Amino acid sequence: MTTSVGKIARRRATDIVFKVFCVAVTVVALAALAAILWSLLSQGLGGLNLDVFTRSTPAPGSRGGLANAIVGSILMCLLAMVLALVVGILAGTWLAEYAKGSAYGAVVRFLNDVLLSAPSILVGLFVYEILVAPFHGFSGLAGAVALALLAVPVIVRTTEDVLALQAATLREAGMALGAPYSFVVRQIIWRAARGGLLTGALLAFARISGETAPLLFTALNNQFFSLNLTHPTANLPVVIFNFALSAYDDWRRLAWAGALLIAATVLAVTIVARIVAREQRRS
Amino acid sequence: MNTLNPAVAEFETSIADVDRADVRVDVRNLNFFYGKSQALKNVSIPFAKNKATALIGPSGCGKSTLLRTLNRMYALYPGQRAEGEILLDGENILGSGVDLARLRARVGMVFQKPTPFPMTVYDNVAFGVRLYENLSKAEMDARVEEALTRAALWDEVKDKLKGPGLGLSGGQQQRLCVARGVAVRPEVLLLDEPTSALDPISSARLEETVMQLKADHTIVIVTHNLGQAARVSDYTGFMYLGELVEFGQTDSLFTRPATQKTSDYITGRFG
Repeated sequence: MTTSVGKIARRRATDIVFKVFCVAVTVVALAALAAILWSLLSQGLGGLNLDVFTRSTPAPGSRGGLANAIVGSILMCLLAMVLALVVGILAGTWLAEYAKGSAYGAVVRFLNDVLLSAPSILVGLFVYEILVAPFHGFSGLAGAVALALLAVPVIVRTTEDVLALQAATLREAGMALGAPYSFVVRQIIWRAARGGLLTGALLAFARISGETAPLLFTALNNQFFSLNLTHPTANLPVVIFNFALSAYDDWRRLAWAGALLIAATVLAVTIVARIVAREQRRS
Repeated sequence: MNTLNPAVAEFETSIADVDRADVRVDVRNLNFFYGKSQALKNVSIPFAKNKATALIGPSGCGKSTLLRTLNRMYALYPGQRAEGEILLDGENILGSGVDLARLRARVGMVFQKPTPFPMTVYDNVAFGVRLYENLSKAEMDARVEEALTRAALWDEVKDKLKGPGLGLSGGQQQRLCVARGVAVRPEVLLLDEPTSALDPISSARLEETVMQLKADHTIVIVTHNLGQAARVSDYTGFMYLGELVEFGQTDSLFTRPATQKTSDYITGRFG
């Protein structure tokens, strides 16, 4: 009897120690996150003003903002998302609907998972080799391609997952009316999965919107306002990278403001993705 | 009379209950395989024109499998195959040259769980029609109304045609699926346990719908609900372990079952 009482007491102690440890580790992780957000807010809010959105990046000591970088980032991200959505949704659909149980499909799925965790700097170097070096110039297009390469694996994965979640009976119901399989996929399955597909797209967008390394080798930077993506294109991450390491206080203030903008955008997109996912689950 | 095997003898006379001229779908010596395991063993059964035939039997007896051969739904899945003959108006639908899309337009199906498409009520019903026919707006409106009326759903949804099909109640969704099936004017309608996911009132309404649909369609209904089989069907087939044990007019099968197995099943002794 005494031994079993001792055992129970020991188990209870282990349980408490484990719980305390879990909570402590969680607090440490959250504290780091809170510290990052705090420094972003305290340093970035001060730098935010109308000039940030209306003026281009300045020479040190003169008046300026981030308008060229904001617009360049938006253009490249949008183009990247268009490219990535076309490739990613089609590839994900192929994996989910046509490659079930095929060896080729398994290989593609594995390579996609590898790409999912590929260092973004490698993607930047790869695009540099195929789209920058041969044409002797950095360009926003190359930047968009590099970002698209980072977004594709995310979209492929989420597309395959959400299509696989759709009921087999829904496919059969479409087939039972005499519709060809590809028609059922496009008209019924995609539609049924649209919330999940949108969530995947938003998560991919959040992933690429702060990427710096791939843009250093592709879009580079541009101190002037430009809508031409065949030239070097300004973008928030590279501007932040350059300005944050500079010796000038006004540049560093702009870098903080830019970092805050990206963080706020990612936060907003993630919240929207969560809401969409929840709506999808409910319906 | 084969006195050694009375079941076979009864079976033969029961088949004769269906007038050969009235047979719309004639299943002959059908064997079905999921990979290596055989799910149907030499099944022969006629489905009479404009009558409802119920398939009953315990879970796993092959009744849903039989149903899914009639529109070749199994062809979606590699490893599933059927041997034998299924004649639809004299043509063997198991043949290799059969156009599956056209076959499925002639043989409609309603599933166990409601499967409305993620689109409006109207588009759900029009979905199949658009695949085969180029109707004007007015013609399509008329077709949608006709289909919903025949599925006994029109009065409930006529003001919600532009609303989502998924917004209807479970019973309404199932009748929407019936409407979607009949909108393409199939000759045969397959119902796979259509009320198993519905409450009693919705089930009763769906049964009424099935009774009315007999006027224009040959109906095959798989059901676990023996009362339902007795109420809606003209003929009943009792299946067990992949074999058709007994087939005959519903009245006689339920009141004077020819085999002990059938008798045990309909009196609730197993299954």
